[in-house]
Amino acid sequence: MTFRKYMVLAGVTIFGAVGDTLLSHGMKEVGPISLHRLPQIFLVILDPWVALGILFLLGFFSAYMVSLSWADLTYVLPATSLGYVVLALIAKFALHEEVSLSRWLGILLISAGVGFVTRGPALTHPPKAEKVNPEPVGSRGRY
Amino acid sequence: MSHHAYTWGGITAIVLASTTGDVLLSRAMKQVGDVGQVWRQHGLLKVAGRILRNPNFLLGLTAMAVAFYSLLLALSWADVSLVAPASASLTFVSNAIAANYFLHERVDHFRWVAAILVAGGVILLAA
Repeated sequence: MTFRKYMVLAGVTIFGAVGDTLLSHGMKEVGPISLHRLPQIFLVILDPWVALGILFLLGFFSAYMVSLSWADLTYVLPATSLGYVVLALIAKFALHEEVSLSRWLGILLISAGVGFVTRGPALTHPPKAEKVNPEPVGSRGRY
Repeated sequence: MSHHAYTWGGITAIVLASTTGDVLLSRAMKQVGDVGQVWRQHGLLKVAGRILRNPNFLLGLTAMAVAFYSLLLALSWADVSLVAPASASLTFVSNAIAANYFLHERVDHFRWVAAILVAGGVILLAA
């Protein structure tokens, strides 16, 4: 793992968190969509908050694809879950919302999870080794 | 169908579609190879061409679009504080299972603990 790779993971984290926030704000503005008027769902992208959210999620998606090109899915997902922590910290220190005890506990659990996964290697199954050097039986865990 | 059933139906759709998408996209990007390296050696066009011609990428993208619209629908029916953490935490666990089965990633005890800690943490954040 190089510095540049950690920056890509940070990009996944931040673009994803900001994009989700913008999107949820936009959908609150749009209001409930009935199943009988499903085509309405294609028009929500005209809402400026939803549009900005989609823009950020495109940035998230690009960084996510880059990270998946050199790291396991089960590495990237927990490692970038710090986005939830970032959101809670923004709520606390920028928006001055009350952060309850259970939220702090949630932050602690996520941080511990991130610590667990980043201790190990980023890539456990190099695609090219698949045919050349098959894994020994029993090395794949329980599933 | 009750409002509740709509919401949980939506959450199930999000989890299934995004797990399918994540697995397919991860497989596609492993086939493409390290984006940084391919870029330096062959240029950005080569990277884009390899990604856009990969069938797993296109299928994964379709699954992600389904997941995205399920999320929008579910968000219009229920609070984001229920939909987002419920679908995210379930997806962490389903992805760990699917990555082990379909991608042959070595999901050792550390990674299982990580997935479950993050899933639990996400639920607590919404509590």
